Amino acid sequence: MLAVLVRRLLNVVPTIAAVVALVFLLFSVLPGSFISGMNEDGRTTIDPAVMERMRKEMGLDDPLAERFVKYLGRTAIGDLGTSFRTREPVTKLIADRLWPSLKLTFAAMLFAIAIGVPLGFVAALKQGSVLDTASMVGAISGLSLPKFWLGLMLMYLFALQLKWLPSFGYGDGGLRHLTLPAIALGVSPMALLARTTRAAVLDVLNADFVRTARSKGMGESRVVTWHVMRNALVLVVTTIGLQFGSLMGQAVVVEKLFSWPGVGSLLVDSVFQRDIPAVQGCILLIVFFFLAINTLIDLAYVLIDPRIRYG
Amino acid sequence: MRKLAGLAALLAAFAVGAADAQTPRRGGTIRMTAPYGASMGSLDPHVTPRAQDDILGKALHRTLFNWDSANKKLVLELATSVTASADGLVHTFKLRDDAYFHNGRKMTADDIIFSYTRIMDGSKGYPAARYIRVIKGAVDVEKNQAKEISGLRKIDDTTLEITITDRVDPAYYFFAGSTAILPREEVEKGNFAANPVGLGPFRFKEHIPGSRVVATRWDKFYKPGKPYADTFVLQIMAEAAARDLAFRSKEIDTSILGPAQYVAYRADPELSKGVMEVAEMFTRAMVLNPSFKPFSDKRVRQAINHAIDTDLIIKRLVKDKAYRATSWLPLSSPAYDKALKPYAFDPDKAKKLLAEAGYPDGFEFELTTSQNESWGLPIVEAMIPYLARVGIKVKPKLVEVTVLTEIAMKGEHQAYIGSNLTGPDSLATLRCFYSKTPRTACNYSSFNNPAFDKLLDEAAQSGDMAKRNDLLRQANLLVQDEAPVWFFNYNKAVMAYQPWIHGLQANPTEITHQYVEDIWIDERSPAK
Repeated sequence: MLAVLVRRLLNVVPTIAAVVALVFLLFSVLPGSFISGMNEDGRTTIDPAVMERMRKEMGLDDPLAERFVKYLGRTAIGDLGTSFRTREPVTKLIADRLWPSLKLTFAAMLFAIAIGVPLGFVAALKQGSVLDTASMVGAISGLSLPKFWLGLMLMYLFALQLKWLPSFGYGDGGLRHLTLPAIALGVSPMALLARTTRAAVLDVLNADFVRTARSKGMGESRVVTWHVMRNALVLVVTTIGLQFGSLMGQAVVVEKLFSWPGVGSLLVDSVFQRDIPAVQGCILLIVFFFLAINTLIDLAYVLIDPRIRYG
Repeated sequence: MRKLAGLAALLAAFAVGAADAQTPRRGGTIRMTAPYGASMGSLDPHVTPRAQDDILGKALHRTLFNWDSANKKLVLELATSVTASADGLVHTFKLRDDAYFHNGRKMTADDIIFSYTRIMDGSKGYPAARYIRVIKGAVDVEKNQAKEISGLRKIDDTTLEITITDRVDPAYYFFAGSTAILPREEVEKGNFAANPVGLGPFRFKEHIPGSRVVATRWDKFYKPGKPYADTFVLQIMAEAAARDLAFRSKEIDTSILGPAQYVAYRADPELSKGVMEVAEMFTRAMVLNPSFKPFSDKRVRQAINHAIDTDLIIKRLVKDKAYRATSWLPLSSPAYDKALKPYAFDPDKAKKLLAEAGYPDGFEFELTTSQNESWGLPIVEAMIPYLARVGIKVKPKLVEVTVLTEIAMKGEHQAYIGSNLTGPDSLATLRCFYSKTPRTACNYSSFNNPAFDKLLDEAAQSGDMAKRNDLLRQANLLVQDEAPVWFFNYNKAVMAYQPWIHGLQANPTEITHQYVEDIWIDERSPAK
């Protein structure tokens, strides 16, 4: 197990290095700069002398190679630089946002797993029934609904019409404020999980060893729990891992819509304002989260299915 | 007789009710929104020039001057009086002796000197340096050739003498939120942005980045009985649709409306009762670059202004959420000429002017634009058929809004369409057409007209405000005739407000910038 972990971590390093280089180069060639972004759609005028000083202070006039080397050196020791916008360390900006982001991501995934996996299971076991058709129609709808639109609809229904929940904000970080953004974010992975679980269960249900178990007189509930569930779980866990890992990145739209103070809303604002150090930090965190979750999933495979070996 | 007595009683009751409705209530929570982004820039006002950050700045901090929306002028805020020398360069301020920072210390002249000197720290590039640079010796500090600004002299704790380099109204320079007065001891502790301490009516309580900022009443605020509310909450809400739902579900007290919402709110019998409209000081225009040959001819520029049905575009596309621009200075400028008529929609005249200029078959040009719904691509798409009718072909070039300013500064455009801050200082606004103003400063149309320069020089020299405004009016008229831009519109800012919030100010410099000490909440508010 330790060898698997070490091997996985060694694979993570070049991936992160490639992302670091890509993000840096991409934002270096994009037109516009933080200083021109301060214009705020024409709401503010920036004095050219001040612009020049700011460019100098932020090192924006330094040659690209020099900036890249400096950036690599800093990143390697965990220093993500200073935000152009707030003039605070990027690590602090991200640290302020990390917990709300994790909270939202975990809540959304919990929602997706709690609804999606049982739904897929039941749909597979009742294949061709009304329940199966209804749940799969729901799953396809969930996959195709834009998060922005879904979020607005949730706000409209639960805040404006029913007045059960607040439409936006963080409040005290509790369930009341978390529910709507978590559902908006969790519906898509929930739908995917329902479909994947159904397909995985159906696949296993038709396998020879299940037929053998039944022919030996094993009870249906024991067949399902002992053979079907365990074998279907590998595909389900893979889907959970991929979805979970990418959820922090997907949260950008939801966080902005619900004024949720996560890394996603920081990223989107930083992109629009060309706050490059903050953008780089946020993307790095999102990639790191994705890789970390998937490394954990790889380790989980070994526990779920002892036949899986990493060569 | 009984009827008369009943009527009198009814009138008396109504009068009491009316008086009650106008008596500010103490307590409650003001819940406003920051709509210009998904987060605040910085809570250190010197670091940021953003309108978004100054919404909070108006609650936490104070500047030497304030904008008085009721009287449409700048007024003293941290001083009780000011006297100017005969040459208009030396201004002696008698400062308030009742202004206390949120750490309990009284403000003195030293705090103003500290704040302005900090802003001029050349190694930091603080945005407000553009304003403080008007003080004698400020540039020396910026260039690190001096430690102190020679034009700032403390006479005593409550008397400050400021010597400026040009004969300008200092009010325009010392009212921007980025020139706020800060206490040295708090700034020097470090990490001021996480713990801002100011002179404003509310003191900082908490900031949840990307979500909200909360401030509570500062009991030692210098205006007796103010602020009225106990708490001020600024909700950061960049999405217009989410703001709309939050407003309708009564979770926020104010909301900024876009064109689509403006139509919906005006049509709603209830919501329409709480809509405040302001002619903001922003001029939207298509700037024509004279280095592109056709635009070097005034007749071509005038032809473009005649060729487009600007009124119809404002009505249909901008949903009347704008005022037709006649020239550069906006409606709310004291030098605005109310008698000035805009260019008439007259395609025949446009064709004639083009023929006279040597372009009877028109020409083609590239128009750089952003996606903005009020002055970006949708407007360009509406202009294209009008210009095509007189033979001018437009090639739109879409860029992100952050790139527009850079393109304008570098002169890399044949034409671009954008929004421009055009107030409150009409003299500074028109300086963007002064021949000696470089393109990088704001002369994006490379305007060069000796008659205009002369008018502006005379206006700058004049100490008589009425005469100055008259000269600026003439200069503005000249800009209209020269047509360096297609004059599109002046922004109509619209704020929706709940029936329980009172004391909002129609601030043309930026509608979201509210002096919150004047705002009060009645008992109908669901926020306690």
